[in-house]
Amino acid sequence: MATKAASPVIPVNQTPKLNYLNNGHGLKSWLLTTDHKRIALLYLVSVSIFFFIGGIFAMLIRLELLTPEGDLLSADNYNKAFTQHGMIMVFFFLIPVVPAVLGNFLVPLMIGAKDLAFPRINLLSWYLYITAGILFLHCMLNGGVDTGWTFYSPFSTEYTNTNIVEAGIAVFIAGFSSIFTGLNFIVTVHRMRAPGMTWDRLPLFIWANYATSLIMILGTPVIAITIVLVAVERLFHLGIFDPRLGGDPLLFQHLFWFYSHPAVYIMILPSMGVISELIACFARKRIFGYKFVAISSMAIAVFGFLVWAHHMFVAGISLYAAMIFSFLSFSVGVPSAVKVFNWTATLYKASITYATPMLYAFGFIGLFTIGGLTGLMLATIGIDVHVTDTYFVVAHFHYVMVGGVLMGYLGGLHFWWPKITGRMYPEGWAKLSALFVFVGFNLTFFPQFILGYLGMPRRYWQYPPEFQVLNVLSTAGASILAVGYLLPMIYLLWSLRYGPIADANPWNAAGLEWKTSSPPPTFNFDETPVVTWEAYNYDEIPEKELEAPVAR
Amino acid sequence: MSKYLPLWPDQASTMAGQVDALFIYVLLVSGIMTALIFIAVTVLAIKYRRVPGRKAQQIEGSTFLEIGWSVLPFFVMITFFIWGAIIYFQERTPPADATEVYVVAKQWMWKIEHMEGQREINELHVPTGQNVKLIMTSQDVIHSFFIPAFRIKQDVLPGRYTTLWFKATVPGRYHLFCAEYCGTMHSGMGGDIVVMEPQDYAKWMAGGPFAPLQDTGKELFASLGCATCHRSDIQGRGPNLQGIYNKPVLLEDGRTVVADENYVRESILNPTAKIVSGYKPVMPTFQGIVSDEQLNALVAYVKSLSQPPVGTAGLQGQPAASAAQPQNTQVQ
Repeated sequence: MATKAASPVIPVNQTPKLNYLNNGHGLKSWLLTTDHKRIALLYLVSVSIFFFIGGIFAMLIRLELLTPEGDLLSADNYNKAFTQHGMIMVFFFLIPVVPAVLGNFLVPLMIGAKDLAFPRINLLSWYLYITAGILFLHCMLNGGVDTGWTFYSPFSTEYTNTNIVEAGIAVFIAGFSSIFTGLNFIVTVHRMRAPGMTWDRLPLFIWANYATSLIMILGTPVIAITIVLVAVERLFHLGIFDPRLGGDPLLFQHLFWFYSHPAVYIMILPSMGVISELIACFARKRIFGYKFVAISSMAIAVFGFLVWAHHMFVAGISLYAAMIFSFLSFSVGVPSAVKVFNWTATLYKASITYATPMLYAFGFIGLFTIGGLTGLMLATIGIDVHVTDTYFVVAHFHYVMVGGVLMGYLGGLHFWWPKITGRMYPEGWAKLSALFVFVGFNLTFFPQFILGYLGMPRRYWQYPPEFQVLNVLSTAGASILAVGYLLPMIYLLWSLRYGPIADANPWNAAGLEWKTSSPPPTFNFDETPVVTWEAYNYDEIPEKELEAPVAR
Repeated sequence: MSKYLPLWPDQASTMAGQVDALFIYVLLVSGIMTALIFIAVTVLAIKYRRVPGRKAQQIEGSTFLEIGWSVLPFFVMITFFIWGAIIYFQERTPPADATEVYVVAKQWMWKIEHMEGQREINELHVPTGQNVKLIMTSQDVIHSFFIPAFRIKQDVLPGRYTTLWFKATVPGRYHLFCAEYCGTMHSGMGGDIVVMEPQDYAKWMAGGPFAPLQDTGKELFASLGCATCHRSDIQGRGPNLQGIYNKPVLLEDGRTVVADENYVRESILNPTAKIVSGYKPVMPTFQGIVSDEQLNALVAYVKSLSQPPVGTAGLQGQPAASAAQPQNTQVQ
């Protein structure tokens, strides 16, 4: 289950220094906190719960697909299962997970600030998130939604009899939560950097979150408006999208993807930032081509807004529009490739150790490479016509979303766990679970590429029998993957009480967050740091004698 | 191909081989890229693992390399783009000599109408070696007509026509899937594409007395009273429809549109949307009066008015291509 945030950790053998965890006790001190670190923990608990619920739906989907017939669930329940899976994972897990948990915790620490610029708005954003989440769960328990996470009209507006409006309101509110987070990050990065923390000294994680924040505040309003239009058409039958009422169903798709494609970068960019931090630390090097990696984040944020119609190559857009969007989609591939090349080049003449976070970073590079290259296949219009709306697309975006975002998140969570809790996680178990995640993930999703090229459409409750073997492989993989996700939930909870106590900088990492105690005091630094060095000045930091600290 | 573990789909249309060739090219290039990155990461990670006494060497970066690995992959991607665009262009440009078949999608079935009047549900019979153009619309939500063995797919929208074309090559029975999620029985909205040798197809097509689609349309044209205004002999209150199909039409607001299937359809359902220059918006809407099948018959009839008389077929040039040619700009 989810990590318990409400149990503050007091190192036993240490004079209990006042830190953000033991500075105030009781539920009220958590629910009314304006401390970005505590809010990060509130988010950690809540996204973990949603990940767990979304995961249960994933298992239901995979179990149903064990056999070609629709037998475990009814058709309607299957449709609801993949819809809840998609909506929960996208809106309540993937979008907030890295910015709202790791970003919230780390942005002020990494730039040497006491807190985010607007601590109360930060708390408000969590309350919006939780309100949206509860509303969505209420909707789910009252029958759920069956449109797929994409809400395509006119199915969503005039045909389905499930509770679209309530789910829409939930997504609408969740959107404001991410707008507020984005706003907070942008202002904080501009206004609250410590003396000497110039833009070219910012850690790449900050650059990535800054780029993400721009997309959040520029893109999210569009999905909010789109949802309002869906609700208006559904409730008052105003013709916006349904052609019977005089609307245009492609308008919906344009509006939806205008947000939802950049949203993919909201999810992946912060994880890319995490990977840069991990590779620098465990290779003991500055990131090769720091400037290009930073610029590539910004380039992705900008280009990401220009490619939305590549989701619509067979939807009925014009021939020439399709060609332009195909070309632009290739352009956004360049900055992503630049990142992968730079991470790889960073390993050259490095001094590498293989702690769990680094294993996740390796996993990220591999899976993101596959996810990215299959993205190029989808951008190639002649191929896209055949594979769009099939399992090929499902496999592709899981390679990016799960293989990318989640690998980055888990790597980051392990890396900063000692900073967040003051305790080390058990290294052996962590390595084992990283292996489970990697193997399980590939076994789950690689067969889906083949299924897709064979022509199995996505969102199918029953399928022709010749697709069964590949589906069974996929379900088997999903079971392994589930173990890989459950293990960290257990051992991280365990480590809260039994993990070895971590010192201020257990990895000997660069970065201001490691210069304060673990866990940090409420206002982060006892005195405001003055920065006179570049990010990743690993040549000035001695390596530790030990390998990574090991539990027991 | 194994029955239990198929790894590659059947190839049964002229497009299938082309798409596969492109896919294999992209797959090879991507495979090489993936292998290079995997090998580089593995070799570097092992070679530069931490050894006591050796420190990491700090390297600033290299503008030369950065530009190189931005530009080179981009050139490779351009080859993907161009080849992909060429194939897509073919997929989206139906040949002029294609046999037309009307498709109406609804939750959760495919209704097919051949020009000869044959009707089918969830099955489409086609001959090998013949270009077939599907003119598709939906009665309710968005669906998608997907034939994996042909490597083609097109969303089917309510309120407008979308088209898809193919030339089948290998006789057999192939999957037809709905690929756009459309509600409860989305996964049941499938069927078969039956590809037959031309002589078998002719036999199948001859199996019954059917009225050709355009004849049904002609009857409707009369019974709905269209013919009172749209006269073919003298100038009526509505434009003469002889020979207008696929020709540019000058509108009252000065725009020019091509009178394609979607235009004819829109003019029936929403007559005031695009008024032809010189006419008054007097036509009532037929929204809710004619079904999608009847609309198809009407559209087929209007199109038949632009076809050369029987016996001179093929001598009059290609009607589909003429829309772009400037010498055909005169239309009343």
